[in-house]
Amino acid sequence: MVSDSATVVGFGERTRSRAPDYVEDVVRAFVVATVFWGVVGFLMGTLIAWQLAFPLLNLDLEYTTFGRLRPVHTSAVIFAFGGNALIGTSLYVVQRTCRARLFGGPEAGWFLFFGYQTFIVLAALGYVMGVSSGKEYAEPEWYVDLFLTVVWVIYLVVFMGTIMKREEPHIYVANWFYLAFIITIAMLHIGNNLQLPVSFGGSKSYGVPAGVQDAMIQWWYGHNAVGFFLTAGFLGMMYYFIPKQANRPVYSYRLSIVHFWSLIFLYIWAGPHHLHYTALPDWAQTLGMIFSVMLWMPSWGGMINGIMTLSGAWDKLRTDPGLRFSVTSVAFYGMSTFEGPVMSIKAVNALSHYTDWTIGHVHSGAMGWVGFITFGALYYLVPVLWKRPGLYSSRLAAWHFWIATLGIVLYITAMWVSGIMQGLMWRAYDEYGFLQYSFIETVAAMHPYYVIRATGGILYLTGALIMVYNLWKTITGAEQVAEARPVLAAQAAE
Amino acid sequence: MPTKIEKDAITGKTTTGHEWDGIKELNTPLPKWWLYILYACIAWAAVWAIIYPSFPGLSGHFRGTSNWTQRQAIAEDMARARAEQAPFLDRIRAASLDEVRQNPDLLTYAMAGGRVAFADNCSACHGSGGQGARGGFPALVDDDWIWGGSLETIHSIILHGIRNTQDPDARISQMPAYGGGVLSRAQINDVAEHVLSQSGRSTDVAAAGRGAVVYAENCVACHGEKGEGVRDVGGPRLNDPIWLYGGTKAEIVAQIANPRMGVMPPWAGRLDEATMKMLAVYVHTLGGGE
Repeated sequence: MVSDSATVVGFGERTRSRAPDYVEDVVRAFVVATVFWGVVGFLMGTLIAWQLAFPLLNLDLEYTTFGRLRPVHTSAVIFAFGGNALIGTSLYVVQRTCRARLFGGPEAGWFLFFGYQTFIVLAALGYVMGVSSGKEYAEPEWYVDLFLTVVWVIYLVVFMGTIMKREEPHIYVANWFYLAFIITIAMLHIGNNLQLPVSFGGSKSYGVPAGVQDAMIQWWYGHNAVGFFLTAGFLGMMYYFIPKQANRPVYSYRLSIVHFWSLIFLYIWAGPHHLHYTALPDWAQTLGMIFSVMLWMPSWGGMINGIMTLSGAWDKLRTDPGLRFSVTSVAFYGMSTFEGPVMSIKAVNALSHYTDWTIGHVHSGAMGWVGFITFGALYYLVPVLWKRPGLYSSRLAAWHFWIATLGIVLYITAMWVSGIMQGLMWRAYDEYGFLQYSFIETVAAMHPYYVIRATGGILYLTGALIMVYNLWKTITGAEQVAEARPVLAAQAAE
Repeated sequence: MPTKIEKDAITGKTTTGHEWDGIKELNTPLPKWWLYILYACIAWAAVWAIIYPSFPGLSGHFRGTSNWTQRQAIAEDMARARAEQAPFLDRIRAASLDEVRQNPDLLTYAMAGGRVAFADNCSACHGSGGQGARGGFPALVDDDWIWGGSLETIHSIILHGIRNTQDPDARISQMPAYGGGVLSRAQINDVAEHVLSQSGRSTDVAAAGRGAVVYAENCVACHGEKGEGVRDVGGPRLNDPIWLYGGTKAEIVAQIANPRMGVMPPWAGRLDEATMKMLAVYVHTLGGGE
């Protein structure tokens, strides 16, 4: 161990002596944006969760109804919080692991930053004003879509350019995942937003494909937004930050290759499982289901590599709250990537589809995996980026961890119970062969679980606010004097 | 940077010899259990794709050895459910409404079927318990019937609806708007006082007296001499505390000046014959069937 860490320190020193002038201002801005949009997204989610429990909270205003705020919540969490986290960390990781300054320099980086924030604001304003293409997770109308396309192409150029001028002989696995995320999202975004505006100067547009083709393209997009935005992208994040925080080598290079390619190949076919028992042809439903089941192990490859990288460093979970977030996120990742294939099986889907079970599944992924891996990365990145000796308070980070975990558990279990109950109530028949429950009775039965779920949301939001305070105090605290890198400082102390 | 394979002290595995920003990778082989489950999933998927409709071709698609289709599966399910319900539903179709009400077996069955049909089709306007709602959605749990509360009348209204444009047999009643010059503001005020007096709530005897004259000229035909309502033309009763659009003076004035009138769609063609019969029996039992 001593000799091992000595080589790391030695390598780090050599890197410092000839390290390029990394573009970090932009990454800092992305970190701030991630935290900001995260709070907005969690706040919106909590609000609409309470709206479901108490419809009075719709306030009888068109701008604040559930129907308009729901896309604000999903887009704020996925694209604003998740997107800023992915772009920010990818720009950080690609420079470090390629030992190359960002292609395009700070100018390209700042264009990316302001371009992406503009996209978020344009999209959110549209939702609140009632401008929506009506496609789940692709609600922005054509003018926002076109703008995002420009920003995204610049992102691809910046990322690819940095990889191409790298000084390392090989491309690190995190960058494979980031690149798959960037390329596939570009393809999905264009494919699902082939729209014709109805009028010059009007915001309304209609998609080129219609009917079941439109539905299939929508869920090819929707599922792969989960697959490549929320899975592949964040796996890229995991592959950098977990080995960094644990200060251990990645468990298996071979596993990373096999699970990367199998994940990329299989994910793209799984979309039809969102359209089981619909007008979608039987053959497409079958393919969607079997590809989803085959996806189970390729997804778990990432979990194995994430968790097993900790062998020899498990004790760090006690002392490093950031790492605790990262590892717990991988556990949630494993759970929801098992639940997903199970729910894609038609017999299970017949019960789970259109119920809260789906919402619970999405949130174990979004809050547990996407949220926690990002929190872990933020707790690592902020002291490094602002050159601080460490976090302001590990205790506060631990409080964040336990409050947020409790929030997720309340959320998921409430949605499991209410979703399965809802599915069972829908299919219950009485002794005469009539439906046992009317729809409104199933809605009334879910009320207590909606309250529990919304309470979970409050806890999750509270945790995030604790993080905001902690990161704020870290940034405004005293600058580190001796060592530039806290990880290395910790090693030196060992 | 040169490849430098090292041995990891903790796991005993070697590294791949690459290093990125201090991160190395172990050359651990694929976990066996992982690989075997992956193979098993692929094998299962292959078998499933052979049994069920799967791959598309240029014309049509591979139908699978089971020849299963979801259309056929749902048709079979529905046929089975219909066959199970057929004996009772046939008897209900054949029986008169009164016979359904008198026969305990049929009544029990009709109540079960009527309850769920009501909850899914009627409760949005009439309330989940038939309690009605402010704004023109009549309560069905009381004995205040606008068009009548016999089984036949209820059944006929379910079939054809009220004031809709789809069904020529829909019941139509039209209250004229008395605002905009037909009656003066003072006259409308007086009539409203008179209407209030019919349920003993007038606070201005003089106005109510003047209103009685206007009422007799304009309102009697549909609402009756004492405000008891006229069911043949669907004129609601006014001398009770039950109001479709509210019973305060301001609300009554508004209704006289510019009346609102509800619409009920026809259900014939949307619900089957037996279901509408069961609904009629169910609504009839809610409270005030005649």
